[in-house]
Amino acid sequence: MTPPSLVSRTLGLLAFALATLASPLATGAVATQASAPDFTLRTMNGPNLRLAEQRGRVVMVNFWATWCGPCRQEMPQLDRLYQKYKSSGFVLLGVNVDEDVRKATDVAAKLGVTFPVLLDTDKAVSKLYDLSTMPSTVIIDRDGKVRYLHRGYLAGYEDNYDKQIRELLK
Amino acid sequence: MSPLPRAGVAALLVLGATLLLGGCSSVSVPTVEPWVKPYERERLADPIMRFSRSALPEKHIEHVRDVREGSRGATGVQGGGCGCN
Amino acid sequence: MAATRAALSLWRRLAALLGSLLGGLLAIGGVRAADLPEDTGEGLLHVYKGGGVTAAGPAFLVRKSVADRFSLTGSYYLDAVSNASIDVVTTASKYKETRHEFALSGDYVYRDSQITLGGSTSHEPDYTANRFSLDISQEVFGGMTTVALGFTRGDDKVGKKDSPEFSDTARHWQYRVGISQILSPRWIMSLNAEALSDDGYLGSPYRAAQVFGAAVPERNPRTRSARALMLRVNGDLGSRDAMHASYRYYTDTWEIKGHTLELGYSRYFQETWLADAYLRYYTQDKASFYSDNAQSETLYVSRNRQLSTFDNAAIGAKVSWLWRKEPGKYEVKFNGAYEFVHFKFKDFTDLRSGDKYAYSASILQLYVTGTF
Repeated sequence: MTPPSLVSRTLGLLAFALATLASPLATGAVATQASAPDFTLRTMNGPNLRLAEQRGRVVMVNFWATWCGPCRQEMPQLDRLYQKYKSSGFVLLGVNVDEDVRKATDVAAKLGVTFPVLLDTDKAVSKLYDLSTMPSTVIIDRDGKVRYLHRGYLAGYEDNYDKQIRELLK
Repeated sequence: MSPLPRAGVAALLVLGATLLLGGCSSVSVPTVEPWVKPYERERLADPIMRFSRSALPEKHIEHVRDVREGSRGATGVQGGGCGCN
Repeated sequence: MAATRAALSLWRRLAALLGSLLGGLLAIGGVRAADLPEDTGEGLLHVYKGGGVTAAGPAFLVRKSVADRFSLTGSYYLDAVSNASIDVVTTASKYKETRHEFALSGDYVYRDSQITLGGSTSHEPDYTANRFSLDISQEVFGGMTTVALGFTRGDDKVGKKDSPEFSDTARHWQYRVGISQILSPRWIMSLNAEALSDDGYLGSPYRAAQVFGAAVPERNPRTRSARALMLRVNGDLGSRDAMHASYRYYTDTWEIKGHTLELGYSRYFQETWLADAYLRYYTQDKASFYSDNAQSETLYVSRNRQLSTFDNAAIGAKVSWLWRKEPGKYEVKFNGAYEFVHFKFKDFTDLRSGDKYAYSASILQLYVTGTF
């Protein structure tokens, strides 16, 4: 048997396998139009913060980690949005999933983040929201309902966020 | 040429394909959900866990070995890492 | 003729395969996307010294992302070789030679797939090697599995110093497939398989074989087919350290069987230091036509010690120092790596002493890496 023939067969099998993998993953516990699952987490500065207490404001929950490149890219953009809309009833909660809190504090400081950073060290809230990607951004309206769910971050996403926040603030 | 490596490679690939198909909802195979969540990949994202850290020195050492040893090949797929986006 | 027909049908098959693969990749939904490799600048100084050979030189690599989805990588590698190896001193005299290599590759990321096209050209006064490669990798199963396919095609031109009448060629094909699988938050494994095929002049015009005690030019087959399978496991050990293990099995139509085993350990010290240590063991069986001193006339004969029965053991260490870091902006590291390897031949004689040949070599690398 000549090399090309065996190789073509196995590569052909793989191509078939890959071509049939058309599945987006399960969307998880968070579906749009459903109530955002409530949680209470410690903030970087000390006091606890509860999601349900933000009812009446538009809330953006961004899950991030220091080891996630796209997360670090996104943070300065989110900070801009926070500064822009915080006086209009918008609050941004950064939920960090690092195991080392000091690293999270360090990176948040270096990136110049001004919005509250919550610590989800034991990943309970991440599990509650059944995150399928890092980073994940959830936008919740004034009634506590999940309106938009963004998976991942690519340059330009922040323009979408801006539009959606403005729409919900009306 | 021994049939063993050939059969072994083909078998492993079929096994791999079956495992992958398990994640597909349109095929009626008992599904297996990914058991390492994206927020649990902190250790895997660390450079210490990469199979390949720096291209140049690795290329050099592979060249040094290829020139002096009879064996070649099969050195490379990257994977793991942060898995972000 | 048959080789050309085989090559053509192979190209057709490959084109069909790539077509179906790309079609499959583009049809896959989901918002996940592979990460484009980071912008990088690397400078390396490499030195090899052992067995009478000294090879040293610089190497550079630059990688830059263009337009958010493309990344271009360019590299240059120089090898200045001073060769007084056992072959050279017993059959000729010491010589110096320089090899240059340029490589250029482009990466394209689309959703969970990454496509890499690359080419390289290597020049020595008497040998030119050109390579073209295509690699596709795909993240599947929630990002826990990465599947990759690759293909390399090579064309070499072989010459002989001071003999313009000698000119020959060699062609190479390599097909790779690999799967990398996350086993747990701390363990990852990968399995890579490669099929290699060579055609043409596969020897050295300077090397002599020994038949009945007399030196004759070596006679190698003009084809060689090989298979290699490599298994690797990396595990995080919990205290800012990790272990690495790998095993590779190689076999080819020249009847060489090679086993490579490598074990390594990496550990972070304080905030800026990273150290690695490893052990590597390699053993191989000789090619069917290899002979230290042939006692019969055979179609093919070679005394190339690279094809003999031998093993080598190596111990190595690497150190990396993080000089400056701005998370999300840049990172610069200074690194050093050293390996000491000892070769022991079972059926290659050192003609100067009459004993089985053995030698040690040192490999040193000093390099700086910057990621942006």
